[in-house]
Amino acid sequence: MKSLEELKKLREKLQSDTKLRAADGIKVIVGMGTCGIAAGAREVMAALMEEVKKRGLAGVVFQQTGCIGMCEKEVLVDIILPGAPRITYGNVRPSDAGRLVAEHVINGQIVKDLVVAKSV
Amino acid sequence: MQFIRAHVLVCGGTGCMSSGSRQVQAGLEDEIARRGLDNEVKVVQTGCHGFCEMGPLMIIYPEGVFYVSVKAEDVPEIVETHLYKGRIIERLLYREPLSQKSIPSYDEINFYKKQRRIILSNCGHINPDEINEYIAAGGYEALGKALTLMTPAAVTEEVKKSGLRGRGGAGFPTGMKWQFARQSPGEKKYVVCNADEGDPGAFMDRSVLEGDPHRVIEGMIICGYAIGADEGYIYVRAEYPLAIKRLRTAIAQAEEMGFLGKDVFGSGFNFALHIKEGAGAFVCGEETALLQSIEGRRGMPRPRPPFPAVSGLWGKPTNINNVETFANIASIIVDGAEKYAEIGTEKSKGTKVFALTGKINNTGLAEVPMGITMREIIYDIGGGIVDGKKFKAVQIGGPSGGCLPEDMLDLTIDYDSLTAAGAMMGSGGLVVMDETTCMVDVAKFFLTFTQSESCGKCTPCREGTKRMLEILTRITNGEGREGDIALLEDLARGIKQTALCGLGQTAPNPVLSTLKYFRHEYEAHIKDHVCPAGACSNLTGYTITDDCRGCGMCKKVCPVGAIAGEIKERHVIKHKVCIKCGACEGKCPFKAIRKGA
Repeated sequence: MKSLEELKKLREKLQSDTKLRAADGIKVIVGMGTCGIAAGAREVMAALMEEVKKRGLAGVVFQQTGCIGMCEKEVLVDIILPGAPRITYGNVRPSDAGRLVAEHVINGQIVKDLVVAKSV
Repeated sequence: MQFIRAHVLVCGGTGCMSSGSRQVQAGLEDEIARRGLDNEVKVVQTGCHGFCEMGPLMIIYPEGVFYVSVKAEDVPEIVETHLYKGRIIERLLYREPLSQKSIPSYDEINFYKKQRRIILSNCGHINPDEINEYIAAGGYEALGKALTLMTPAAVTEEVKKSGLRGRGGAGFPTGMKWQFARQSPGEKKYVVCNADEGDPGAFMDRSVLEGDPHRVIEGMIICGYAIGADEGYIYVRAEYPLAIKRLRTAIAQAEEMGFLGKDVFGSGFNFALHIKEGAGAFVCGEETALLQSIEGRRGMPRPRPPFPAVSGLWGKPTNINNVETFANIASIIVDGAEKYAEIGTEKSKGTKVFALTGKINNTGLAEVPMGITMREIIYDIGGGIVDGKKFKAVQIGGPSGGCLPEDMLDLTIDYDSLTAAGAMMGSGGLVVMDETTCMVDVAKFFLTFTQSESCGKCTPCREGTKRMLEILTRITNGEGREGDIALLEDLARGIKQTALCGLGQTAPNPVLSTLKYFRHEYEAHIKDHVCPAGACSNLTGYTITDDCRGCGMCKKVCPVGAIAGEIKERHVIKHKVCIKCGACEGKCPFKAIRKGA
């Protein structure tokens, strides 16, 4: 370790590993009820994580949730950007992961054809 | 593919390990792998969270859900329900004892709400075996700032301005100590960390070393820079194997990263750090004995002056502080002395970690600002007395400290108020006692401890504590004599004034403080041959009250035939025959048998 600058740079790099222990950031919530799992929620979540990983995005937090009653439209995925309303997508397939991450997570553009609800 | 979406933090402090956290962690890793989640869920072993009463503890991120008393059997459900499906497991959440409400997150629990965690801020939240997590949490910034932007004099001045006082016992201003060592002439100087925590009931230093070893190491390196030392020793007791293991790992990692070694931060400053394991002698917590022990000699104190700052390890100027003191340094340097000094009272700045033990609901570690009251610690953080019993006294400061009674509960805690009350801050062990504790017995307990740990070098401590202990034993056996109290006080005064080191000088404190606040208990033992708390078995008897209906159950259960009485008449206990086994008390359907005078 040769300078304070070097330490600060290293710290920023390392913080991406522990960042998910802080409460802020972008949230991606996947419906993991029995209905969701049956409709392929695990595969959708894996595809979304793959996409986030591939693009090297820091500060994206994945959570799961239970059945919210719209079993017909599973797999349901919610994306919440800080300060923005919660957008719920329905009938999500692993092949949609690229669009959701590129358009919504990165650019903040809602993927209109998949949206089923919006709540604050 | 590997994308870590969840961290499971399992407490790996000594407390949680002894309640089974190792099995929980091993089971968790197996189960996660079995479910194919090992590419997305990371299991992290952390240091102590302080809430040892509820261990093993677990926190799952990103939700930040706090699970308590987790057993190996709970692991499959945690993986299936929480990690796979994302549902919180209600039954594993902490339940507030009063409201019976379950609380999912850490910060909302009463135990943590009143705490102010600076020294313990990383404990339980980072992996102590991973220097990267310490750096990510802001670690080693203080060292970088000190070495590249401040002069040694400025570092010393900053510590002086912060008002930090030694957390090991006497409370000497740390900055002053550094300045003495700095101004001592000599090429070679040493920094020593006293990690020989030996007070019964104190475990804050162990927890810091186990949970955040780099914080202590960083404080020591900064001290080395400030006083002009290039070598340091951590003196850890051998009874802390986990702390030693984590320290070794931490030192190796710090060396590899260049925080220890040559030319740290390109400043030209060199620092090497060694570990010296103590062999379990309490007196080695006394600084001069500790230095002797590092040198490979028998751990015995020597008279001061010269103080270690002038002539310490191998006769060189040495600065010695304890673990918690060093753990304060980084935040003083990063945030500045003024910010640090905002916390606390006029003469005692910052926070203090207390170890809560005894008859208290929430056993564990609490870091609180100086100036908090004892009542807040015991009732708000500690959750009150076990089984709803009545509070009697709190012993603070270990064998050198004293017992404070109920009417001192609202005392604001700092170094000076405690000393004025006849106790002392000491290392911060708090032993809470309820109405069933006999105060003479407590004094005897602590004196037994200091007596057996007395090194024997000076006569007042070697012989004096022995005589005091003989008198206390006599009193608790019911053979106390008229004049015993005066004799105890006389001996105590003599030992305090003439013993060589801190161990002897403070050994009489538990006796003096119990005499001050609970003199009537001593008198009851000596004059009335009665132990008011019902703890000293020679002085306790059972009596049958007027509630007796003469059912004869007690007579039947008594193994020695000590109970007499006709059916439907009040029974009596023959005290000469009674062996005080208590069987009758448990059997009586009318609660007519009482223990005590």
